[in-house]
Amino acid sequence: MPDLRELYQQVILDHHKKPRNFRKLEKANKQADGYNPLCGDKVSVYLEVEDGIIRDVSFIGTGCAISTASASMMTESLKGKSLSEAELLFDRFHKLVTGDNSADSDVSALGKLAVFSGVREYPVRVKCASLAWHTMHAALEGSKDTVATE
Amino acid sequence: MGVRRIPSRFFGDGVQMAKQAIRSETGIKPYDVQRIRQDFPALNQTVYGLPLIYLDNAATTQKPQAVIDAIMSFYLEDCSNVHRGVHLLSDRATKKYEAARIKVCRFINASSEKEIIFLRGATEAINLVAQTYGRQNVGRGDEIIISAMEHHSNIVPWQLLCEAKNAVLRVVPINMHGEFQFDKYEELLSARTKLVAITHVSNALGSVNPVQDIIALAHLKGVPVLVDGAQAAQHIPVDVQQLDCDFYALSGHKVYGPTGIGILYGKADLLESMPPWQGGGDMISSVTFEKTLYNKIPYKFEAGTPNIAGAIGLGAAVSYLQGLGLNKIELHERDLLAYATEALSNLPGVTIIGTARHKAAVLSFTVDGIHPHDIGTILDQEGIAIRTGHHCAQPVMDFFGVPATARASLGLYNTRGDIDALVAGISKVREVFN
Repeated sequence: MPDLRELYQQVILDHHKKPRNFRKLEKANKQADGYNPLCGDKVSVYLEVEDGIIRDVSFIGTGCAISTASASMMTESLKGKSLSEAELLFDRFHKLVTGDNSADSDVSALGKLAVFSGVREYPVRVKCASLAWHTMHAALEGSKDTVATE
Repeated sequence: MGVRRIPSRFFGDGVQMAKQAIRSETGIKPYDVQRIRQDFPALNQTVYGLPLIYLDNAATTQKPQAVIDAIMSFYLEDCSNVHRGVHLLSDRATKKYEAARIKVCRFINASSEKEIIFLRGATEAINLVAQTYGRQNVGRGDEIIISAMEHHSNIVPWQLLCEAKNAVLRVVPINMHGEFQFDKYEELLSARTKLVAITHVSNALGSVNPVQDIIALAHLKGVPVLVDGAQAAQHIPVDVQQLDCDFYALSGHKVYGPTGIGILYGKADLLESMPPWQGGGDMISSVTFEKTLYNKIPYKFEAGTPNIAGAIGLGAAVSYLQGLGLNKIELHERDLLAYATEALSNLPGVTIIGTARHKAAVLSFTVDGIHPHDIGTILDQEGIAIRTGHHCAQPVMDFFGVPATARASLGLYNTRGDIDALVAGISKVREVFN
């Protein structure tokens, strides 16, 4: 039986209660909306990208603890990253939460985001953890459609 | 006309009254839920090492052994196609299939089994009416009335019809208890109204609608009424003749029958006047390239090989329910609902969404500061299966200003012990988030 504390780690609960960068970004030049029809989670991700570097990133929305904390911690980890670094981080994060242990998955490179490793034990919650990331990816790609995880 | 008086037995009456009623109605021992549970093999299992507490009955119900046996017996002994075969197996399959139709006819007290059409479920039944009766009778500027508590399956088929016909969908609002606002309905009903489509019991809130009065009022204006019974027939006795509804949609898997089977009840004269929906085998009496003659009802609406095993399983399910007695099931569930409502109301931070005075055993709730999805995951780890989300009723969620709720929906085999486990589980949820 998976341990609930592995899923709901203190860091995650803290980001759920006090989400960081929870605001609209006035200077954003990349933005996308995400929606998880399963639980009604909605997230909008805003990015200010300059010379291929994410200068600032924020989000707003409503969601469960996992999706809110994931969005919050994503914004913290993306600030100052290049676009290619951001995509690489998304790839690693996705592998972490889906339990994909292939060669190029490097948990140590994820830093604080490694707290989401517990999600792999809860397949129906993978979408919660990855919604903000998929939305960020869509924003960088310039997609106008709402990202839906179903 | 005013709202029909709801019998006082529907108001928050206590456990004792319910128990007395059981004794006085049956004259024998009370409902033996522990014995009944033994009829449901799926209940006898552990999840994550804990006994399963199944509280997701509004999504689907577990199946009694009698249903599983009926389906198995069809595949083991009688498997063949219906209506056309000259051989023995086809004869047996046809007899069982038609016997199931008669069982369902008796279950909802239709006047004739030809008024029972086997379909995939309640959703398909509603779509059939929208695409046949609706297309035939609804035109530009006409109106269809639904309510604000409908499941998406009783919204979208009408939206599709309105779009195709330039008709208008009117929505009867609900109040903060999740009750149908009858006075607003009276205002909306007009000469432009061509159909009323209303849920009998709300899947998200549990509200039981005064469908008999809704129908009576519509009939005064010559408007037919479709009742979405997907969440009703497993909780309360349904008598389509007493209701005088024109159409009644029912889903097999929610009445302890198999998935992929349901029925549309329709008054014979209406069904006869309606054009066919899908074309194919069995729905015709003769086909030439010049002219095809359609079969009589109900076969006119059953194109292609039907879900024979499903229909037989559904027949077994309704026989099982009638064996237990819907009145007894209703009383048992009312006792559980009263017990659960009180227990949840006493939990700090818990809000029950849907507090209609006349309610079926469905409890939608929220816990302050904790998203329903997190509640669902943590309860699951305690062996408790509930539903979280918008329950395919997004307008209801919007009305109450919540993105989602947690929903515990009770069935005939649930016990007070299940409610105690739910209450303990919610405490565990709060503990994790503390």
